[in-house]
Amino acid sequence: MSAGRWSAGVIPYAEMGYWRPDYQPKDSDILAAFRITPQPGVPPEEAGAAVAGESSTATWTVVWTDRLTSYENYQAKCYRVEPVPGQEGQFIAYIAYDLDLFEEGSIANLTSSIIGNVFGFKALKALRLEDMRIPTHYVKTFQGPAHGIVMEREYLGKFGRPLLGATVKPKLGLSARNYGRVVYEALRGGLDFTKDDENINSQPFMRWRDRFLYCMEGVNRAQAASGEIKGHYLNVTAGTMEAMYERAEFAKELGSVIVMIDLTVGYTAIQSMAHWARANGVLLHLHRAGHSTYTRQKNHGVNFRVIAKWMRLAGVDHVHAGTVVGKLEGDPNSVAGYYDTLRLDRTPADPVKGLYFDQEWASLPGTMPVASGGIHAGQMHQLLHYLDEDVILQFGGGTIGHPMGIAAGATANRVALEAMIKARNEGRDFMAEGPDILRAAAKQSRELDVALSTWGDVTFTYESTDTPDVVETPVSI
Amino acid sequence: MRITQGTFSYLPELSDEEIAKQVAYALDQGWPCSIEFTDDPHPRNSYWEMWGLPMFDLTDPAGVLMEIKECRKAYPGRYVRLNAYDARYGRQTTALSFIVQRPAEEPGFRLDREEAGDRRIRYRTHPYALDRPEGERYARGE
Repeated sequence: MSAGRWSAGVIPYAEMGYWRPDYQPKDSDILAAFRITPQPGVPPEEAGAAVAGESSTATWTVVWTDRLTSYENYQAKCYRVEPVPGQEGQFIAYIAYDLDLFEEGSIANLTSSIIGNVFGFKALKALRLEDMRIPTHYVKTFQGPAHGIVMEREYLGKFGRPLLGATVKPKLGLSARNYGRVVYEALRGGLDFTKDDENINSQPFMRWRDRFLYCMEGVNRAQAASGEIKGHYLNVTAGTMEAMYERAEFAKELGSVIVMIDLTVGYTAIQSMAHWARANGVLLHLHRAGHSTYTRQKNHGVNFRVIAKWMRLAGVDHVHAGTVVGKLEGDPNSVAGYYDTLRLDRTPADPVKGLYFDQEWASLPGTMPVASGGIHAGQMHQLLHYLDEDVILQFGGGTIGHPMGIAAGATANRVALEAMIKARNEGRDFMAEGPDILRAAAKQSRELDVALSTWGDVTFTYESTDTPDVVETPVSI
Repeated sequence: MRITQGTFSYLPELSDEEIAKQVAYALDQGWPCSIEFTDDPHPRNSYWEMWGLPMFDLTDPAGVLMEIKECRKAYPGRYVRLNAYDARYGRQTTALSFIVQRPAEEPGFRLDREEAGDRRIRYRTHPYALDRPEGERYARGE
């Protein structure tokens, strides 16, 4: 380090030790890949160093108090900068953070560092956190999913197929008694779960306690009618932690197998509820309300794969992660990356799926991804192809909008699903033969037949906003 | 009433040939099969009776099908299910499970409600069949 490093005033971040092209990341380092768009005239290495500095120890000027610390240990190090293929003026900056920078088991602390200040930094036009590598040393400080995929399946006694759900519609305005009717009909028709929507909390038209009582009547009636375990995600999202605990306790006392929270409650509240969920044997569903405000635009914000990683650490059993074929944003390769991140014990780096790092989960349970938004029975072959078996397929409109009624809508989805699983297991090319498989199943099921003629050809084919920029051959500069 | 536990309960009953195809799929995945039976189909009854041990070393679907037939013959009036087990690290749980025999008549469940204060209700799911002793619960009893 040059002698001028400690002269008072402003010197480039790169010269303060935040640009270290020779640095070899340690196994215990937390790694981040940022997409940076520097202002004109700012070299990419300096921009990368600035991100490293502002997300760790640096301030805008030299401070002598750095010399009271073993500062080199605490400085984040930008160790590589690569241009993004096909995106003029954008670079991926790889930054390594020492484990000592973070409090154990705290998503709030992790994110206050990594995305705390740096996104408003003037030297950058835009900044996006694309991916992180969480080392095993840090993974092991988190509880992880309260139950996880394996325990959830054993708890529900449901194996060998995706689970089915539906969100009660209309999402606002139903009285508690009418709302419970939808729950009962959908569950007795064949769904495994029904769900409160993200903005169903406790409003004047339906207070939470009334909703919980009527929903559990519906759940128990459907359970007795089918001999299967059924559940309704009772949304306990509220204005205070105390209110959330009160609602969750009540749901547990009524015998609900699952409660639900929204991403808007914040990372610490999510972790608290995950601990509550494990201690009380209640599954925890997370709706990713609000995420598109920062995950969707390609050059600025936080990629959803990072949110998925944080939420698995934070400890939710379910999280919405895209459908590929439905009405909401979701490029197939990116969605595959999210699903791998939630479900697998090890995900290797894969630029096609947008995964920048190898990630080991060290036996942390998997989180069940949820596919919801504009999907219907006619897409069952595509859903199984893209999303595989450990997923909850949620057909809201595709259940409740069925011309023969809600239970018939649910039956149509269940018949389509079981027919597709059966065909897949028999070794058929179900993606190619999907429509034939569904039509054959519909001959035995009027519910499915009507569903196919109502929605069979509905598609949402818009270009995705957020797609991985696939690297043919990564070029170092 | 039709109990809809298992992977294929919303489809017409699988023929033996169709069952053999599912077994072949499971064995191809490296999942050993096992057979279980019960006359207590309560959804929280996790432990149906085992028809012998899981068939860890049986790799021929015909052998599994033969065992299913033997179990059906011994217990014609009970539920019989086929399970496939995935012992892979990180999984170590059932991978597929479906009913391969059900009693001729399924009376289903009664839902008992116990009204408590503040509008709470305690629910209890009661299989009608459980009112009779084990082995005498269904019409085609053995």
